[in-house]
Amino acid sequence: MNWVNAVIQGMLLGGQYALIACGLSLTFGVMRIVNLAHGDLAVCGAYLGLVLSSALGVPVWVTLPLLLPAAFGAGMALQLLLFGRALRHGVLAPVLVTFGLSVMVENLLQVAATSDPRGLPGGSLALASFHITSGITVSWLFLTAFLTACAVLSGLQLLLSHTSWGRKVRATADDLDTARLVGIRVRPVFATVAGIAIATAALAGVFIGTIGTFDPQTGTDVLIFAFEAVVIGGIGSLWGTLIGGVALGVTQVVVGEVNQAYAVLAVNLLFLAVLTIRPGGLFTSRQVVREAAGQGAAG
Amino acid sequence: MSVPALEVTDVAKSYGSLSVLGSVSLAVAPGEAVGVVGPNGAGKTTLLDLLTGTGRCDAGRVVLHGRDVTRLAPPLRARMGLGRTFQVPRPLGGLTVFENALVGAMRAAGLRGRHAYGAAYEALAVTGMAGQANTTAGSLRLLDRKRLELARALAMRPRVLLLDEIAGGLSDPETEALIGTIRAVNEGGTAIVWVEHVLRVLTAVVTRLVCLAGGQVIADGAPADVLASDAVRTAFLGGGVL
Amino acid sequence: MTQPEALLELTDLDVFYGDFQALFGVSMSVTRGCATALVGANGAGKTTLLRTIAGAQAASAGAVSYGGSDITAAPPHRRIARGIALVPEGRKLFPSLTVEENIQVGAAAAASAQWPLQRIYETFPMIAQRRRQRASTLSGGEQQAVAIARALAAGPSLLLLDEISLGLAPVVIEGLYETLSGLRSAGATIVLVEQDLRRAMDACDDLVCLLEGRVALAAPVADVTRDQVVAAYFGEGRP
Repeated sequence: MNWVNAVIQGMLLGGQYALIACGLSLTFGVMRIVNLAHGDLAVCGAYLGLVLSSALGVPVWVTLPLLLPAAFGAGMALQLLLFGRALRHGVLAPVLVTFGLSVMVENLLQVAATSDPRGLPGGSLALASFHITSGITVSWLFLTAFLTACAVLSGLQLLLSHTSWGRKVRATADDLDTARLVGIRVRPVFATVAGIAIATAALAGVFIGTIGTFDPQTGTDVLIFAFEAVVIGGIGSLWGTLIGGVALGVTQVVVGEVNQAYAVLAVNLLFLAVLTIRPGGLFTSRQVVREAAGQGAAG
Repeated sequence: MSVPALEVTDVAKSYGSLSVLGSVSLAVAPGEAVGVVGPNGAGKTTLLDLLTGTGRCDAGRVVLHGRDVTRLAPPLRARMGLGRTFQVPRPLGGLTVFENALVGAMRAAGLRGRHAYGAAYEALAVTGMAGQANTTAGSLRLLDRKRLELARALAMRPRVLLLDEIAGGLSDPETEALIGTIRAVNEGGTAIVWVEHVLRVLTAVVTRLVCLAGGQVIADGAPADVLASDAVRTAFLGGGVL
Repeated sequence: MTQPEALLELTDLDVFYGDFQALFGVSMSVTRGCATALVGANGAGKTTLLRTIAGAQAASAGAVSYGGSDITAAPPHRRIARGIALVPEGRKLFPSLTVEENIQVGAAAAASAQWPLQRIYETFPMIAQRRRQRASTLSGGEQQAVAIARALAAGPSLLLLDEISLGLAPVVIEGLYETLSGLRSAGATIVLVEQDLRRAMDACDDLVCLLEGRVALAAPVADVTRDQVVAAYFGEGRP
């Protein structure tokens, strides 16, 4: 039993979870929307990748320059046409709306693509691997996924902390009413954040589709892991999302080494443990906790 | 003097290191109408919370009809005849006006059957809401929501009624209507303790005014005298004569 | 020009929160270069009035006109771009942003470049040292200074201040008012909500007293006595 290998594989797997989760974290942290369709939108990204790579006859990576902007645009459109309107009807409305969206997307995919499992053509990257030592084999694909997650999270963090746009996003996440008052135009901020969230989801979907297979129902499983990663790491913290994802991945692989049947159970138990001990998540921004406490007291 | 309907003696309350009420004493006679005024942060709402039991006193005693209720939970104080309205009226929107009043009679006062219905209907009659008894509470305009809030409190047949900033946001005729309703309630024998910012409404109903500032009582007497006193004016407007 | 021009003109404003009416037909006029004190009891509508001027609150009737143009329907960012900036009650700084970021965000829709960071830090030296700290770690007085700085960053021609002395020690309040006095001398137009009547009347040229959502008194400070203001504040002499 190779613990070191298990931990390494777990970490790399965690990168994928973090990538899918960061969009969810952003959407909730900034707009207070729980997007229950997030996993399905990621799977849409995978299907779109399939369509584009088949049409163009290239590995799916080559289609990214088309795919990501399309996903960004879709995210903006969803925010402006759907989520933004839902928000005006209270905090619960987006949950219902995104749930409905999730059902719609899964069924549309079912009709359009049937429930046959698919895989994305990853080209030579998908098959290559290298050895660190005997006993530790790292797949290039897994490593790329992990590094991409780190790059996306770092990029987002830099954008948020060093740009004027980032300041507006953080201010809006802190206090929507005052943000409007100081002249921040909130709709464009929300639209761009939603765009980024869906684009990262689509990117994660492409990795998921290349590493494993996917079908219209995959979104639901993906959502659960994304959700757990966000909750463990804490809402409002991007790096927390990475830690959350890695915690999930390591737990899953390490327990899987012992007994595969318990791997997923262990992950969910970890989630439950964090909820019990530190319900706010490991790195939650105090602002979100304060708001939640305020709502709980008033409700 | 007869036993006061409600009496607090040297009550104090702090939230963490912030002292909100220092040492407040107040006695309300049965059937009396007392207004409570004071600048922002004076501790008025905290005082109401201590009276109803929503907040626990750090020191001092609360006595209701001669019985010490300092450690008694809010529902039990309600059973003893202490009612309260809230600043933002939140009726049970899906129920009718009558059903809302009934909730007051049954839940707060523990009345059942005929007695509950009777109390609920009387409360609606006094507040002028009987005509809308079957209207869904969620569709009421502001004045009627305030009246319903009042009716719900009255349906429990309180001997002491605490009003929390009930007069805000109404037009002149609506304000007149509300003044009439509250006066009628008081003339029916219910003692009233009324925290309010809208001073002219208070002075039309109450016979006594207490001014809180900085967690202390700084004046207690006839409304005209209290409002004219230098201490009260300074508390509201800051010191110094020009 | 011999006639002082009105920079801000409010005509018959009605403002509702749902069906709760907060302002009843409020009319008011602010002259360019003057400081106006807005006083009144709690619940009288002072904060509502400032927020309506800033565009955070919609008026259901009446008009707001600025520099001669009607801005009644303009959203906050347009009003800021025209030169109106509000320092809100309770400061409302963005807690996860640093001092400097809070100020920079204030310039999001700036009307002019009259207040670059340099000038702001010269005017408020005590916050310059703390520019990289999170806004939530500052003292009350420093936070108030940051809130004012954030409004100034928009380069406004009309500065609205809502209860800047709340919860602050007298010496700190003195300091803030000195800064305001400096702004006044530089020709800024100010509307100031203040609980302390003496300070309000010392700091301002005109006075407006609100009572239950209506204007009870509007006059130059020089023309009213404290007693008259107190009477308007408490609604004495009303039928």
